[in-house]
Amino acid sequence: MSTVRFEDVRVGDALPAVRHEVTRADLRAYAEASGDRNPIHLDADVARSVGLPDVIAHGMLTMGLAGQSAADWAGDPAAVVRYGTKFTAPVVVPAEGAAVVEVAGTVAARDEDARTVTVDLAVTSAGAKVLGRARAVVRLP
Amino acid sequence: MTSVTVDESFQGRVYPASGTTAVTAGAVRAFARAVRAVHPAHHDTAAARALGHADVVAPPTFAVTLAQRADAQFVTDPAAGIDYSRVVHGEQSFTHHRPIVAGDELTAELHVDRVRVVRGNAMVTTRTELRLTDGTPVCTAVSTLVVRAPEEQ
Repeated sequence: MSTVRFEDVRVGDALPAVRHEVTRADLRAYAEASGDRNPIHLDADVARSVGLPDVIAHGMLTMGLAGQSAADWAGDPAAVVRYGTKFTAPVVVPAEGAAVVEVAGTVAARDEDARTVTVDLAVTSAGAKVLGRARAVVRLP
Repeated sequence: MTSVTVDESFQGRVYPASGTTAVTAGAVRAFARAVRAVHPAHHDTAAARALGHADVVAPPTFAVTLAQRADAQFVTDPAAGIDYSRVVHGEQSFTHHRPIVAGDELTAELHVDRVRVVRGNAMVTTRTELRLTDGTPVCTAVSTLVVRAPEEQ
């Protein structure tokens, strides 16, 4: 796990790209851990009955995985002081195999007074942008 | 065009905190595993203490578990008129005033900041203020939920 110092960060710096595989078992684990047991994340018949192509990942799981890119880069689990996103497209998770979620990050701004940097996250699955304006503000030592 | 019905008079409503939620180390660890938060401070009390935290630290999106429970007071209120099967998550943000750690006793106060119908869909923005029982602010979680209009018959 890296530890990044504020002085060493420049606008435009890239975070390490991360590729996540997400399976139905991962959705069940997130449902249990979060208490969000909406059946569109667990049951293909229910998902299709409301017009979805198949089971979809919890948007909050995708947001959580993407946010880890910023937290892991900072090297401090409490470094993320603000994090927000829009949910722009679903991550469709097949019964067999896995959906792939790819996360890239770029430093978009740095605040000398607060010693924070703003990280823009680009998050895609199957060629679609699944999070929009995903942005974390990270406090660095 | 069919339109969602939602009671716009709910805008501005506040649901005061009812009771407290104890954040357990088990809940923090399970959530951290689910979002692949591998830093030892999420899992190991000694590692968290070495960084100055009282106990294991919750990942940045853990607060949603409390915020969604607070949201349910409004979303599942029959008077609000929301069809939960048509609800999708539009936006989410967290502002952390202080990290959430195991052992915290948190209260959740829910604010319905905005209710409006746009092109047949309802957009509902809620804000959950999580605080320690002594009133110390911990996290502000803002959610925008979209209640999709029924398909044309």
